[in-house]
Amino acid sequence: MSETLTQKPFETVVGLEVHVELHTKTKIFCGCSTSFGAPANTNTCPICLGHPGVLPVLNKQALEYAMKAAIALNCEIGSISKFDRKNYFYPDSPKAYQISQYDQPVGLNGWIDIEVNGATKRIGITRIHLEEDAGKLTHESSGFSSLVDFNRVGTPLIEIVSEPELRSPEEAKLYLEKLRSILLYCDVSDVKMEEGSLRCDANISLRPWGQEKLGTRTELKNMNSFRGVQRGLEYEEWRQADVLLSGGKIVQETLRWDDAKGITISMRSKEEAHDYRYFPDPDLVTIHIDQAWKERVQASIPELPDARKARYQSQYELSPYDADVLTSTMILADFFEESLKHTKDSKSAANWIMGDLLGYLNQHGKELTDISLTGAMLGEMIGLIENGTISSKIAKTVFKSMIESGKPPKTIVEEQGLVQISDEGAIKAVVEKIVAANPQSVADFKAGKDRAIGFLVGQVMKETKGKANPGLVNQLIADALTNS
Amino acid sequence: MSITLGNVEHVAKLAKLQLSHEDKENMVEQLNNILAFADALSTVETDHVAPTSHVLPISNVMRADAPKESVSLQLALQNAPDADEGQFRVPAVLDTGSEA
Repeated sequence: MSETLTQKPFETVVGLEVHVELHTKTKIFCGCSTSFGAPANTNTCPICLGHPGVLPVLNKQALEYAMKAAIALNCEIGSISKFDRKNYFYPDSPKAYQISQYDQPVGLNGWIDIEVNGATKRIGITRIHLEEDAGKLTHESSGFSSLVDFNRVGTPLIEIVSEPELRSPEEAKLYLEKLRSILLYCDVSDVKMEEGSLRCDANISLRPWGQEKLGTRTELKNMNSFRGVQRGLEYEEWRQADVLLSGGKIVQETLRWDDAKGITISMRSKEEAHDYRYFPDPDLVTIHIDQAWKERVQASIPELPDARKARYQSQYELSPYDADVLTSTMILADFFEESLKHTKDSKSAANWIMGDLLGYLNQHGKELTDISLTGAMLGEMIGLIENGTISSKIAKTVFKSMIESGKPPKTIVEEQGLVQISDEGAIKAVVEKIVAANPQSVADFKAGKDRAIGFLVGQVMKETKGKANPGLVNQLIADALTNS
Repeated sequence: MSITLGNVEHVAKLAKLQLSHEDKENMVEQLNNILAFADALSTVETDHVAPTSHVLPISNVMRADAPKESVSLQLALQNAPDADEGQFRVPAVLDTGSEA
């Protein structure tokens, strides 16, 4: 902290409001599909279009996803939950109110842990509530009118509100990443920020170090990537400090982050408009959640990233960094564990995944689900290295071939004739040939140049197309040189 | 609590209603009468009564997550004052972002 003190004139205080689309098949209060990409307004019905006299009925799956997320984020689940109307006029909301939850949300008082500079920091979660998404507006270039597509209206959302306990844009990004990871493990949403299934608004304020009272905050919207959240907050942190240091005052307002220009722009919204006149929705009856129901939902939550990370460090003796990377998504962690059913060498499996696999996916812009490589195939391949069938060098070729062809390692090794040569006599013959053909290297070695041995090993490997057992080659060359 | 002219003007603005001065004064009186009527409830002892959000003796009404047929685009747009490209056309709005 003392280092920060000398760097920044103020303490930064950030709280995040995150909206996450739950990936149910249907909308929260009607049976319309939530599928993405349908022609405009074709996934609509009188309920989600807000026609008078219709009766919304809660999607049980949406509630259970919200409960699942709330439990995974360490929230208390209220025994009674209800829906309220949040009243406002905006063309993306056909009823002129949004069905949301006001004073009895699904979850309260949760938390998640983030790692900041090697230390664990707990960030409080104020609440998690269920609500319906709004429609999508596009603005006609003429500027006279806007077009509304109501396909998205009624998609179930959870809003996750953090306590103002984040102290830097970096911490905000770490919090978001952890949140995303937990929700992915829970399988309640795609949580893709770029596609809008995770959206983040941020409140940020500055205060003099040591002051308890919060400074005046601004609200940031339109940050469409994790990096955008960090950059937007960094800009706003700088802007507010600049205003305060020059004797000005922060105006409480909503700002839009312009990612291309790298600045925040005032949305000039009238603060008076924030009078939502919440009241209980008379169309939706109260939800009673008993202990048995909570326990059923809790049982559906898999081992979460923090627990898995700790287990990987103790059970497989992986470094915190390796354990962190491997548990970043459940599919990757499952892949790793699947490979360990076929080999005991957890470090080797971790290295192949973090090096060759992630490198390949990164380079080709693919996801693990896009390729047919399985954890079992990786485990079997490591087994082939262990029993001497292939060398680690040849394994690189086999690995790439497995990704591209989807064939198991044994098949590839057989088809391409990649079996390692461990026949001492066969290798010895090659070694003798190479030694005889390179008298200069032999002389160099005798003159004390140990590097000459590396050249000779390289020549033998080249001659055998990389298939000679490297241990044997080294040993046989050393023997040949001392005996010559 | 009583309703003032200011309250009526505030609510009218939120509801996007344009009321004449006469209408507003009328509303002040009517709303105050309604509140006075509802005020009778404050004589009832409610210290040990939980807040009631619904009077119906039912809870947990839910449906399964099973898709149903949506309406046709033509039907969806039938009551739209204006439409274009299969979408509802509305007066231009400043992009202040959705509330959701």
